[in-house]
Amino acid sequence: MSDAPAQPEIHHLTPPTGFIRKHVFSLDHKVIGLQYYGLALAAVFIGMVLSWLFRIHLGWATAAIPGLQFLSPNGAPGGVMTPEYYLSLLTMHGTIMVFFVLTNAPFAGFGNYFLPIQIGAEDMAFPRFNMMSFWTTFVAFLVMMAAFFVHDGPPISGWTAYATLSSVGKDAGPGEAMGQNLWAVSIALFCIGQLLGSLNFIATTLDLRTKGMSLARMPFSTWAWFITACIGLLAFADLLPACILLILDRTAGTSFFNPAGLVVSDNLQPHSGGSPLLWQHLFWFFGHPEVYIAIIPAFGIVAHILPAFIRKPLLGGVRVLVGCLIAAGFLSYMVWGHHMFVSGMNPFSALLFSVPTLIITIPFTVSTLMFLGSIYGARLRFTSASLFCLGFISVFISGGISGFFLAQPSLDTYLHATYFVVAHFHFVMAVAAIFGIFAGTYFWMPKMIGRMMNETLGKIHFWLTFIGVYCIFMPMHYLGLAGNVRRYSAFTDNYLIPLIPVHKFITVAALLTGAAQFVFFYNLFHTRFWGPKAPDNPWEATSLEWSTTSPPPFDNFGGRHMIVRQDAYEYGVEGAATDYSMQTATDTIVEH
Amino acid sequence: MGKVFAVVLVIITLVSVYPIIAHTWWPPPTISTTGPSVDHQMDETLVGTGILFISSQLILAGFVWAFSGNGKIKFWPGGAGPVVAFGIVIVGLEILSLTFVGSKVWAAMYMAPANEHALHVDVQAEQFAFFFRYPGPDGVFGPIHADKISDGSGNYFGLDPANDVSARDDVVVGSLTIPVNTAVLLTLHSKDMIHNFYVPELRLQQDIVPGLDIPLHFTATKIGRYEIVCTQLCGLGHYSMRAFMDVMSQSDYDSWLKQQSGD
Repeated sequence: MSDAPAQPEIHHLTPPTGFIRKHVFSLDHKVIGLQYYGLALAAVFIGMVLSWLFRIHLGWATAAIPGLQFLSPNGAPGGVMTPEYYLSLLTMHGTIMVFFVLTNAPFAGFGNYFLPIQIGAEDMAFPRFNMMSFWTTFVAFLVMMAAFFVHDGPPISGWTAYATLSSVGKDAGPGEAMGQNLWAVSIALFCIGQLLGSLNFIATTLDLRTKGMSLARMPFSTWAWFITACIGLLAFADLLPACILLILDRTAGTSFFNPAGLVVSDNLQPHSGGSPLLWQHLFWFFGHPEVYIAIIPAFGIVAHILPAFIRKPLLGGVRVLVGCLIAAGFLSYMVWGHHMFVSGMNPFSALLFSVPTLIITIPFTVSTLMFLGSIYGARLRFTSASLFCLGFISVFISGGISGFFLAQPSLDTYLHATYFVVAHFHFVMAVAAIFGIFAGTYFWMPKMIGRMMNETLGKIHFWLTFIGVYCIFMPMHYLGLAGNVRRYSAFTDNYLIPLIPVHKFITVAALLTGAAQFVFFYNLFHTRFWGPKAPDNPWEATSLEWSTTSPPPFDNFGGRHMIVRQDAYEYGVEGAATDYSMQTATDTIVEH
Repeated sequence: MGKVFAVVLVIITLVSVYPIIAHTWWPPPTISTTGPSVDHQMDETLVGTGILFISSQLILAGFVWAFSGNGKIKFWPGGAGPVVAFGIVIVGLEILSLTFVGSKVWAAMYMAPANEHALHVDVQAEQFAFFFRYPGPDGVFGPIHADKISDGSGNYFGLDPANDVSARDDVVVGSLTIPVNTAVLLTLHSKDMIHNFYVPELRLQQDIVPGLDIPLHFTATKIGRYEIVCTQLCGLGHYSMRAFMDVMSQSDYDSWLKQQSGD
């Protein structure tokens, strides 16, 4: 037993048998991963329905939406959305999607499930932290949802919650009383959950790797989750105090974000000495890294999945791609001011923030070139997962390109706060990350639930979604070029009225693309209960999660300690019985 | 499946690019002295990024088309090094050219001082309107008293003409009227939320932040009426917050100001 790994035992207890400890307050990272994924699934459904509602309003501002009056008699009398309710739904859409979907699913969901397995560990380093992390996030979600049911409705200040709209209280308008309080409390709780999770991811990656799993042999996805955890540890440690200051301004009479002389609704506010720009600095010091918290796991997932379907390792390997992701993560803390070019900060600083913003395109360009160069000479296998990986590359290119415009202060002065920005961040952050989530789902769901998803439905889902997202978000660039301001509940300005037909087209595309997601929901639901049993390694993939059963046992490897002998992507092996070689060959597994 | 993906991607790429080339939806013609340099920068960026967009999407489509068979695995000739270098050089050159030219464009608008003879106009933004103040014949703005700001009594700037002599001849109006080809210096204030001063034709956008007095200067070169809109989410009526900017000849402006001062 000279190869016996010096790995601490985590699951020294027998698996729980009671329903509560097994499925609800579970310490098992796999259950927690599924819980995060399920929460993200519920959140994405709500966020998508909200977007339908306000897209209908943007196309047909006076149209009644049947039933909406029951959700909010004040916000939608007779089913017709009021301007403030439009803003409420917009705020909740952005908040739910950014925090509870794009952060939860690719990082906390898949990361929790697969990070320990991919490094050969039995669980996370801190299983109790892990459970607390999820349940704190769950409570945060409930608090956020409660904003729909308070008297004045959800907040109207957008997911960015700019002071002073968010900080002066009820005089600022509907939703700025209890609704905004709930928002701030929910996000503060969310930060706590993410901080616990990030600590856990970092400790697990550094301490629980199995024998032979050097950093260089870690799969791309594990690298991406590790880098994301490092980013998250700093980012959420910044947003948490920001939210606390916001809560204090709103409830305790402090003036962190409120300057003197504010007159709101003809009431002189009792504040002095605060700065609305302080909130923006704190928010975007979190907010820009948050973009990478959403996209880097998706990058890692795609980089992990793609080799299994091109049947060769990625060009450049770990050194280039991981180097790019680390560089992007590092630079992400130097660029927050590009959200604030026209905010009133010193215009000289705009130039300083512009340069690293443009430089950050280099690691992402190199990563994209690595993907493209890898497809050269491939033996492509077309599955739902690989199609979403290819779609990811395309939409990430589309979203990245528009970054060149917004990184320049001289163009931002025209394009800032227009639909061009909406198009940019949806392509590069939302759609790309969602494509990563879909690719991960089709790839890993057989492992997670032990059943194969329907490939025909998966491919139908891909084609409708791929074409659909281009129909929704590409025209938003044109709207932005025409100067169409975002966050308007109706287009009454003379120069905006001719653009309404474009909004109608986008609305129809959004409704149809949204409807196409039911193919996915159905496929997932049907597979969960009635899908055919999944083999252990359906994709002929090489990393450790494919060396165990589908789904894995409680301790992940059935009492075995895996010993890793080679890289995670040994595909295209010449002269062997198969064209791939597992990261752990059978004769190197130690039974104990 | 690979050929279908390639064809669909090529169609998406061409359809996406067409409205840009055809200028189907486009910025309105600029009317400021600095606007043409912004447009030039926009054109440069569109060409550079357009080439990157089209070429990378077509390469993706081409590779997926070509390598969807069951052929022999091939590796990129020369390995990753040249590709990394190529990416750094291409994007690096694009960044350098955009930064050098773009910085000058930005500096001319936001960092260069206003013409010393510029016409001063004070701007007060509030939920959900803009108000504009001219200093009157004495050339001096009366001081702002926050405690006297009142929409109810129409005192949008919080003036106190009873005690401040300089406030007595201030002209407060609901639209911005300026002479053509004359430098204008705005001082932007907000009494409540963050608002924004955006005139697409000027290619100018500036947040108006409570607690700050933010300068913004420009020279309009074409007579006409243009919309000033708010682009910073400021509350339920954000979408309706706008005013007009009337650019007129010097003589028309003089008579307009005289008429306002006489009221």
